[in-house]
Order: sequence, then C-alpha cells, then structure tokens
Amino acid sequence: MAKSSKLSVGRRGFLKGAAAGAMTGAAAIVGGTSVAEAQQAQSTAAPAVRPPSAAERATENLAGASAEIQIVERPGSDYMVDVIKSLPVEYIFASPGSSFRSLHESVVNYGGNKPEFITCTHEEIGVAMGNGYAKIEGKPALSMAHGTVGCQHAAMAVYNAYCDQVPNILILGNIANAAERRGSVEWLHSVQDAAAMLREFTKWDDNPASLQHFGESTVRAYQLAMTPPTMPVVLVADGELQESPIPADANLRIPKYVVPSPPAGDSSTVNEIAKMLVAAENPVIVTSRSARTPAGLRSLIELAELLQCAVIDQHRRMNFPSRHPLNQSWNSRGVVGNADVILGLETYDFYGVVHALGGQTKVIPRSITKPGVKLVSISSSDLFYKSNYQNFERFQDVDIAIAADAEATLPSLIEAVQKLVTPDRKRVFQARGAKLADASKQSLEQNRTNATYAWDASPISTARMSAELWAQLRNEDWSLVSDTIWISYWPLRLWDFDKHYHYIGGAGGEGVGYMAPAALGAAVANKKHGRLSVCIQSDGDLMMAPGTLWTSAHHKIPMLTLMHNNRAYHMEIMQLQRMANQHNRGIDTCGIGTTITDPNINYAQMAKSMGVEAEGPIADPAALGPAIKRGIEAVKRGNPYLIDVITQPR
Amino acid sequence: MKLKLYVLMLAGFGLLSAQTRADGNVENGKRLFLKDGCYECHGYAGQGGAGARLAPKVLATANFIKYVRHPAGAMPPYTAKVATDAELADIRAYLATMPEPPALKSIPILNQ
Repeated sequence: MAKSSKLSVGRRGFLKGAAAGAMTGAAAIVGGTSVAEAQQAQSTAAPAVRPPSAAERATENLAGASAEIQIVERPGSDYMVDVIKSLPVEYIFASPGSSFRSLHESVVNYGGNKPEFITCTHEEIGVAMGNGYAKIEGKPALSMAHGTVGCQHAAMAVYNAYCDQVPNILILGNIANAAERRGSVEWLHSVQDAAAMLREFTKWDDNPASLQHFGESTVRAYQLAMTPPTMPVVLVADGELQESPIPADANLRIPKYVVPSPPAGDSSTVNEIAKMLVAAENPVIVTSRSARTPAGLRSLIELAELLQCAVIDQHRRMNFPSRHPLNQSWNSRGVVGNADVILGLETYDFYGVVHALGGQTKVIPRSITKPGVKLVSISSSDLFYKSNYQNFERFQDVDIAIAADAEATLPSLIEAVQKLVTPDRKRVFQARGAKLADASKQSLEQNRTNATYAWDASPISTARMSAELWAQLRNEDWSLVSDTIWISYWPLRLWDFDKHYHYIGGAGGEGVGYMAPAALGAAVANKKHGRLSVCIQSDGDLMMAPGTLWTSAHHKIPMLTLMHNNRAYHMEIMQLQRMANQHNRGIDTCGIGTTITDPNINYAQMAKSMGVEAEGPIADPAALGPAIKRGIEAVKRGNPYLIDVITQPR
Repeated sequence: MKLKLYVLMLAGFGLLSAQTRADGNVENGKRLFLKDGCYECHGYAGQGGAGARLAPKVLATANFIKYVRHPAGAMPPYTAKVATDAELADIRAYLATMPEPPALKSIPILNQ
C-alpha cells in the first residue's frame, strides 16, 4: 500500500533539523557537513537561542540537494481523506495549521479539494460557519484546528454548537510523540489530551492511535453528531499518523456509515399524551427546536391543525410558520396563562415558559399558569446532559416526560390524536381555532402598528429596516441567516416565514462572534439551492470576527448583509445602567466601556477593504430601500454585499 | 429694601422654577434623554424597544415622575439623587414633542 523511496536522509530527520535550526540557530545541512557537525559548530559560535540568519534559511531550503529525503507517496492522511469522503461532508471550514498540514495537503491534492476547503481567518469563524451550515443543510461540516491554540480559538463556537444542538465535527491536529516534534513551536502546539479542553461541551471525542482507529472513530463521530440530540464531536488527528506512510500490511477498511434512526417516544406514553391533548380545552404547544429538518416543521403544522391549538415558537429553529393562524408566539403569556395542557417540544427552558421571573435585580419567579395545568415534555435533551456548563436551565417538574426526539415522535402522536378525535371534539376544535385565528390576525396588525412608531426617525428604526428588507425579499426565495433578538424580533413579527430554511435561530450559547460566520456558513449551504441569503448583522458581533467578510469575498459566497450599526454593545449598556441604578449613581456614564464610537466604524469601508461590495453608512430611512435593491442585485450576481445601516438601539 | 428685593427675587425664581417644571425644558430634556441613556431601552424617539413606548402619547408629568421612581416590570427605579423631578419633567417635555406616527394604511410596505 505504501510507496516510499529513500534518497539520502530521512524526510523527518531533515525537517526536524531544519526546524531546530530555525528555532535554535543550528544550521541543518551545509554542503557535505552532517547535521550533527553543523549543530555542534553553531552551538559554540552562537547563542543557544537566536533566529536563523537569511543564509541559514537559504541553506536549509537547498539542503535537499545532497540530503537523504524520504518521499511518502501514500501518507496516512490520504486514508483519512478516504474516510472523510465516504461521509456526506461537503466542506471544511478552517484556518491552516502545521499540526494537520498533511491532512490539509491530502485534502487539496489527493482528495482534489473535496471536501472543499473554505479558508477562514480564525478557528472560531471556521466552527461557527459549520454551525450555520448544519442548521440549513441538516448535516455537519468539518473544521480543523491545532490541538492547542486553534482549539482555544475555536472553543466558543463549539460551545455555541453544544448549546444549540448543532452537529459539527472538529479535527484537532496534534503530535503526541514527543520524540517526533520538530522544534520548540511543535512542543508549544502539542498537548497530552487535545480534546480535554472541549470535553465539557462536546458529545464525544477520540484520539485515534492507528489509521484504522481513525477510520472507525470518524464514522462513529459522524453518527453520534447526527443522533439527537445532535451535537459537536471532536477527533484528534495525530501528526505522525497523518505523515507516515500507510503500512503495506495495514489492510485498512472504511467502515460503512448508516444514518441512525432517531429515538422516538414509546407508543403507550404517546397515546396517553394524545388523550390529554384531545380532551384539553386549551392545549398549547411550545417549541424551541422541534424542527430539526423540514419534516419537523410539516409535522408540527399537521398536529396543530388537527387539534386547532395554539403554538408558541421560541424560534431556536424555524419550527412553525410565522403567519399561521394558530401561531400565538406574540401572545404567549395569554395563551400559557389560559392553558390546561402545555406540550413542550424540545423546549429548552420549560421553567421560563410557565413562570415570570420578575424582580428588578433578583429573580422572583411566579407561576403564570392556571392551577391544575398539565405539563408534558418531549425532548431529546433529556437523553444527554453534562454537568459543568449549566445550559440545561432551571428544573421544571412535569406530568409526563418522554426522553426522545420530538420530530421523530410527532408522526406517532399525530396518528394517536387522529384516532381519538370525534366529530364533537372536532367542532370544539374548529371553534377554538377560529378564535386563535382572530387573535393571530390582531397580533400581526398590532405588530405592524407598532412598527409605524419612529418610522421616519434617524437613526433608522429596526422595524423600518426589517420592513424595507421584507418589501424586497418577499418575492424571492430567501433565507434569513441571522438572529433577530437584537432587533426586537421585527422580522419574525412582520415577515411571512413558512419554510424551514427561512430562519436558523441564534447562537445557542449566546456567545458573541457567532452571527457573522454562522450566517456565512448558512449562506454556503444556501448557495447551491439558489436561495437569497440575508443577514441583519450586529456591529459588536461582526467586530469579534471581521475576517468573515474576507472569506465571503474570497470564496464568492452570495449574501446580503445589513449592518445593525447601533454603535454599542447595547445589551451591556442596559446591564450597566441597571447596576448604576441599583447603586444610585452615575447613570450618565454607562457608555464607558460599552459603546463603539469615537471613532465610528465605517463598515462599508471595512468590507470594501476585504473585497466585499458595500455602501453606507445610511442613516436616512428613505435611502435604505434603494440600497437594498442594489444589494440584492449584487447578490444575485453571486457576490456578497454589505450595507452599513445606522440604527436605533433595538 | 435690599431684603425685600431679595425676597421678591426668590419668590420670582420659585415661580419661574415651578413653571419650568410644569412645562419642562425641551432642549434640556433632549440632552438628558441621551445623556442619561433613556434611549437605550426606549429608542431615540421614545418609540420603545427593549423598554416600553414613551411617546408620542406621554404620561402627565406627575405620573411620569411617579412611574420613574416606582416602575413596574423590568425597568429599574431612578431616584431623585440621579434624576431630579425637574430633569424628569424636562425629559417628559421632550418626549411630548415627538410626532404622531404615520397611519399604518399609509405605509404600503407594512401591509405586505
């Protein structure tokens, strides 16, 4: 299997010598002088630590002329690529790193750049792009990073994936064998247990000791990432394993990948829930992430219409159409307060659904439900929790809980409900549905009326920005690839969301620096479907990962970005304001450390500097519509486009 | 004589002060609305955002001050130490200058 030819010195030995020279000043090869002789000579003539001279560097680069070099035509990393290509992985979002250089080379040369390598300027950007991609495409991408410094950069995006239940695969390069580390930097970039830092917020990791081990663990990692609750996983790719020849007698095989069937609720408990829902007078469904795929969206519509019951979408995914007559998301307090059965589907904070947390500075929870309300939960989150990070929210006692995937359970629940619905109940349901439809219509009207306030104001209101964007998107095949929390949810309040890819929710772990790269990752996924990706981008978030703009230009990823440029970390201003109030002082100094002014950032200039077409800043609301039109035209030509919009705080 | 004039001046200032509080100083109110960070939650036009809508329909001055001292919901209380009654009256006066929003029906893109 392996084919190698020895010239005059081992490749590894040569590289070790060169690296040592680079870091210690010892020349590698000079003419016929041996490595050892050269090193000895240098050690007496020069300080122990100094950078190599230009002559030494040149000599190192030419040293192969007389050195013994091992050609490895079939490195272990080629097999790693074979394994990766056996999986439905389309992209690798990564910055380069020497600890996975062989794997990188195998991807681009042996693999023909499949999966396609998308160059990122920060490891956090790489993983976050994978998060956005997975939420559109429903499957993980790969990211790669050094086991040390790259992993440290990537960590927050991994945490977001963990909290947001996003499948993602991160490969960490590492050189476990201390005797094979080439100079001091490789010591700095090596670690005993590379995945340890991420273990508290990943589903699984492994550190394969052989190529076959790598193959099996990669397939296992993919399957685990894709099994609800979907989550990030980590694999360590040892440098020696990557770069050494595949042994002739390795007899490697690539394990077969099978999509695991997601865990579904048992029939007797499902029937019990169906009885409760059919008998209830005011059942309410609350969902955070029940639509893992488009099928989950369709199933929830079917169940809700069957019961003619209220649905509250907490928008961690696109779970339910925004203008569906049963959507009561903007009247959640009212319908929860009136409910006699509440069914939580992948509801990440059930306690918060049925309580008002109140209090100025301390939590003073108060139940907002009627006495005797029955609470039911179907959630895959109950199958997997870890201890350290507290993303599981406050414990809510319920009457029935199914630890299973809601999307996979819905078909059997629908079937059970269908069997129980009598004509009498159907008439009751229809009357209930008519009332809910009226309430939904009123909510939309109220939201539209609310949007008229500060309509002509400058800075531009976030409602106006959202309405101007919707006016030009509504006849396109669009996808909103950014969160809406920072703009008072205006798109969700005004736009007609009805497809799974219309919305991808937020960061999950609320780590800032997620939005720009996740949006771009989602745009990568949307590109092949010809969808128009739009991102309403918070300024503070973009400043955490501005290199995302360069990646969008370099890889020609079409996406329209509207900057929500309120020139501040507004959430933090409000937090500081609250503290100043509590301390009864200094309410006029809360801009210190929280604003992004003096100088104001010109995001159009920033984008242009990285090759992205852009315009702005725009503070006149009347100028926004024409700018959006120009932006959409550019995106339709296949380019990213940014409009810097000076906005109200929220 | 001097004492009488002084008393009259004080009375005059008091009267002026009372009138200023009743009507409020719009310019000062605008300055305080920005300086004290009211816009952060309520928007530059008092249209609401993270906080409630304050304008163009504003509370009567006394009720406005009372609410700021003892707010409901998530809004923190502001004491007279950090925002005097006169300052709140000025802020209220500024908010009262906000124009009525256009009618919903007059905005085609909000009806799509």
